[in-house]
Amino acid sequence: MVTPHGGTLVNRVVSKRRREELMEDASEMPSFRLSGGLRKDAQNIASGLYSPLEGFLCRDDMENVLEHSRLSNDIPWTIPILLDMREEEAKRFTEGDSVILESEDGKPFCLMDIEEIFTYSKKEFAEKVYGTDDINHPGVQKTMDMGSHLMGGTITQLDELPDPFEKYALKPMETRVLFKEKGWRTVVGFQTRNVPHNGHEYIQKTALTFVDGIFINPIIGKKKPGDFTDELILDTYDILIKNYYLKNRAVMSILETEMRYAGPKEAIFHSIVRKNFGCTHFIVGRDHAGVGGYYAPYAAQDIFEEFPDLGITPIFFKSFTHCWKCGGAVDGFICPHGDEHRENFSGSKMREMLVRGQIPPEHMMRPEVAKMVIETEKKFVV
Amino acid sequence: MTEKKYTTVSIPVPLAKKVKKRMEGTGFTSLSSYVTYVLRQVISSIEEEERQHEGFSKEDEERVKERLRALGYLD
Repeated sequence: MVTPHGGTLVNRVVSKRRREELMEDASEMPSFRLSGGLRKDAQNIASGLYSPLEGFLCRDDMENVLEHSRLSNDIPWTIPILLDMREEEAKRFTEGDSVILESEDGKPFCLMDIEEIFTYSKKEFAEKVYGTDDINHPGVQKTMDMGSHLMGGTITQLDELPDPFEKYALKPMETRVLFKEKGWRTVVGFQTRNVPHNGHEYIQKTALTFVDGIFINPIIGKKKPGDFTDELILDTYDILIKNYYLKNRAVMSILETEMRYAGPKEAIFHSIVRKNFGCTHFIVGRDHAGVGGYYAPYAAQDIFEEFPDLGITPIFFKSFTHCWKCGGAVDGFICPHGDEHRENFSGSKMREMLVRGQIPPEHMMRPEVAKMVIETEKKFVV
Repeated sequence: MTEKKYTTVSIPVPLAKKVKKRMEGTGFTSLSSYVTYVLRQVISSIEEEERQHEGFSKEDEERVKERLRALGYLD
């Protein structure tokens, strides 16, 4: 089994007895309400998904991540995990004290020991993480909307919060035990934000040829209007796996985090998270975690050269098409035929057909998947 | 922002020459950055070999298996 990032799987969820002790002290502590994205980050830290992080970053680590893409102890890390707040909120807290973190609906679930409260430059943050300060970039826009102050420190999760996707929300310790029980020594992680078409299946099964199992890991969370709903993505993958994958070689569970659209840096972050789930390999396609034209098509693959000590092996895929002469999905490295014989897996074309109630051709999408999309009333985020 | 924190390590001149030779065509432009890259690679593979146990207690593992069975991930 692959070692967790940094050597140890962090577990910042308290036992029942310890929880009771902490809750007694907590009644007199100030509280801070998190947004959905920050709440997910806190939960991911506590469950070990962001190992070796044990809390939100303090200044030294943040600056190292921005400057060198490493924590201050030299462990690779590319996306600073920060807890931001407005200045007037920051004034309520003191370094050395503890604060109760609440979910977006006001439920206390976490305790944080405040190590440092500090300010930062949003412009510099945006340039280092996203490679641009263009406000049209969604990550930059989000950065500019952040509070002016940051609070760093170790967290302790006191309570599990209800999760609408509980069945699919496996924690890293659970996926690690699952992979071990299945006898998988090598596991490839696949990230998705879409309902599957045959191009995705081609990539997954090509990678699966070389490893023991595939871990399909959709990102669940804040989406743009017009995106497929989380429920539909999960349902369509369920039906695809049931009909077209060997039961003992594919597992699906979700990753609850917000997309940053940080392209190459996010590709490294996504790999680290999959490593913590127990994956030995991770599929990185064209423009992974990209948006608009901000990143070169294969920048998210090239960046891996900078991290010889990442501890997870990326599997790179170029763009792929259906070739009528080959009779299946291909990429430019395996198919000698010209463009006149090829047809792109056009997500937008398939989507238009599905909206009209038409089943896309079988070489593009499995009929079971298409039927499920058509029959689902709430297909898209509004 | 932080200044880069570096220290100096002495290596024998013949070894430095060998490393420089090995560096050719790799895209690295300085001996220091190439040596840093190689050391990170070596140290991480040594550490990986040293950490071959999972570190879960039997009780934790059994509890997790039970939950995985309840959720339908294990038979």
